[in-house]
Amino acid sequence: MSKLTIPVRKFDAVIVGAGGSGLRAAIQLSEAGLKTAVLSKVFPTRSHTVAAQGGVSASLGNSEEDHWHWHMYDTVKGSDWLGDQDAIEYMCRMAPEVVVELEHFGMPFDRTDEGKIYQRPFGGHMSNFGEKPVRRACAAADRTGHAMLHALYQRNVRANTQFFVEWMALDLIRDESGQVLGVIALEMETGEVVAFHAKATVFATGGAGRIFYSSTNAFINTGDGLGMAARAGIALEDMEFWQFHPTGVAGAGVLITEGVRGEGGILRNSTNERFMERYAPNAKDLASRDVVSRAMVTEINEGRGCGPNKDFVLLDITHLDPAMIMKRLPGIREISIQFAGIDPIKAPIPVVPTCHYQMGGVPTNYKGQVVANDGTPVKGFYAAGEVACASVHGANRLGTNSLLDLLVFGKSSGDSVIDDLKSGAIGLKALPENFADRTMARLDRLNTQTGGADVNATRLELQRTMQKHCGVFRFKEMLVEGVEKILEIEKAVARTEIKDKSQVWNTARVEALELDNLIEVAKSTMISAEARKESRGAHVRDDAPDTEANPNGRDDLEWHKHTLWHRDGNRLDYKPVIMKPLSVESIALKTRSY
Amino acid sequence: MDDREKLNRLRWRCTRRAMLEMDLLLGEFLERIFPTLTPEQADAFVVLADMEDLELWPLINASRECADPVQAEVVALLRNVRVK
Ligand SMILES: Cc1cc2nc3c(=O)[nH]c(=O)nc-3n(C[C@H](O)[C@H](O)[C@H](O)COP(=O)(O)OP(=O)(O)OC[C@H]3O[C@@H](n4cnc5c(N)ncnc54)[C@H](O)[C@@H]3O)c2cc1C
Repeated sequence: MSKLTIPVRKFDAVIVGAGGSGLRAAIQLSEAGLKTAVLSKVFPTRSHTVAAQGGVSASLGNSEEDHWHWHMYDTVKGSDWLGDQDAIEYMCRMAPEVVVELEHFGMPFDRTDEGKIYQRPFGGHMSNFGEKPVRRACAAADRTGHAMLHALYQRNVRANTQFFVEWMALDLIRDESGQVLGVIALEMETGEVVAFHAKATVFATGGAGRIFYSSTNAFINTGDGLGMAARAGIALEDMEFWQFHPTGVAGAGVLITEGVRGEGGILRNSTNERFMERYAPNAKDLASRDVVSRAMVTEINEGRGCGPNKDFVLLDITHLDPAMIMKRLPGIREISIQFAGIDPIKAPIPVVPTCHYQMGGVPTNYKGQVVANDGTPVKGFYAAGEVACASVHGANRLGTNSLLDLLVFGKSSGDSVIDDLKSGAIGLKALPENFADRTMARLDRLNTQTGGADVNATRLELQRTMQKHCGVFRFKEMLVEGVEKILEIEKAVARTEIKDKSQVWNTARVEALELDNLIEVAKSTMISAEARKESRGAHVRDDAPDTEANPNGRDDLEWHKHTLWHRDGNRLDYKPVIMKPLSVESIALKTRSY
Repeated sequence: MDDREKLNRLRWRCTRRAMLEMDLLLGEFLERIFPTLTPEQADAFVVLADMEDLELWPLINASRECADPVQAEVVALLRNVRVK
């Protein structure tokens, strides 16, 4: 192996990711006077947080009575009791504070007539411990994520955060004691590989929804943080739990908002039947996301899908008044025309359940410190946002709780860095001699590979395999077979070949490196899902149906625990769910029903 | 930067955007239509691709119009892109 030396830059803290969570963490650090670097594959305000429209939750009680304890209850229930109750209490209690803080950073929230932050209802958010819907979501029109990123970015510019834009982090640096000492990163414009040597490393790299063929996530969501952590020997938690949105445009994945069904849109199968009447006689097309998604998959699996491959169903709004569609559902017509090739005023839109959000991730505590299996912090390593598993979303995330997670754990991870520096728990340690070898070997391999696998074709096969074998509705044999297939695909990923060997702006190389991360996420997901022999939240298995002993197929006796997947040997182990909140009584296990 | 490098940079900026809609549209445009543009139109596209998604999307879905005529030509082409 070549003993290459690479340039080293020193910082107090390096943050990988400039979405909501990374920018929030950076504010904490830069404002405390720490020399802070933020790396991002794209300009910060192009991070995927921009796509969030719905809002951010906080029990401000501006429109009606609300309480953080009710929010906590909803989140525990939403998580199907897999969320850690200390972290959930912390997040819900902190929510009003971080949202008001964001307002002070310049976030242009919508307002009530009295000038308070306007709040609207959102699925799963209730008052008085599940009694009735409550208005808890704070939004800035339909551009909440965009406005949030801009407010956070401006604040960082003021605080002198140093941005490294169009840089891709490749690997974590750990020493033999396991302490994290920074990252190795690639500058796309020059092809230069540089070490960012830091006292603290914060991962805020977002989700990995691109492991699925049908995904609402932008192309950037390749799970780089998860890949880097896994390669560095950090276990990944609860990776079997992925939230699917029922109505993504078939093929493209672009999200069609729930509002379309709210305005009277109807789901139909190949016989033109309004099939939701059979699955949810009362709520019909407006039943909860998981119920609708499962019904759609059942229709497709039983041969009543539409199109030449019978692999989608139809969302029909042709019976609605065109003027109403244009007025109440702006953008939907353009989306359908551009991404499905049909005008929804004249013909129904082909839709399929589409991957939307990753609940699992790098295990952390509520302070944003990455933790080992026994709960002790991994020195120098922190994570927040979709890459992290605190775990507040457990087996299923509530809408608007993700933007909240970014703010709360972005901030707490920053505070933990500051505390750990003060207490002397972390500090600048020397880099081990061969710290760059593994990364350089990976780059060398890619540069010299001949007769190898095509990156695009391999990625596509990975995505199709995940969709078919580990989608919204899961089957025992499919999962077993899926594990075999993914391990086969892993072999192809290990011998990808790129034709372009140049240094400057070599996007083929970057895409091959992203695939190295996607495969780690795919393996962890498939293997964790195959092993979990119950249904819980977003993980629904055909062989774990609703019974009297196990309502909704949930088996608390066996499976009320977090999964931990280790890359080394694809080993799984488990750890208990934290049922003890910080100050209130535990919310006891109960059947999740709405 | 040579032409290959410029094109690759543009490809990255077209396919690593904030919104999936934009990845799909601009990626498709770059592959199929960009090579057929006049030099002026190509320059206009680079300017459009540098915009943020929530600036660009209203132009594409026709809720806002372009002031610049060359830019308007390119936006009209973008509106016609069909991603399947
Ligand atoms: C269509 C859509 C709508 C949504 N709506 C809502 C909503 O209304 N409310 C809600 O609460 N949630 C919503 N969500 C979820 C929420 O938007 C995301 O979970 C959240 O924005 C993720 O933020 P983040 O900070 O973790 O990561 P992102 O915002 O995804 O940022 C990740 C950052 O990491 C960087 N990065 C990644 N890998 C590397 C690398 N290797 N090197 C350097 N940098 C890297 C990227 O460049 C980027 O800056 C929605 C999601 C989608 C897809």
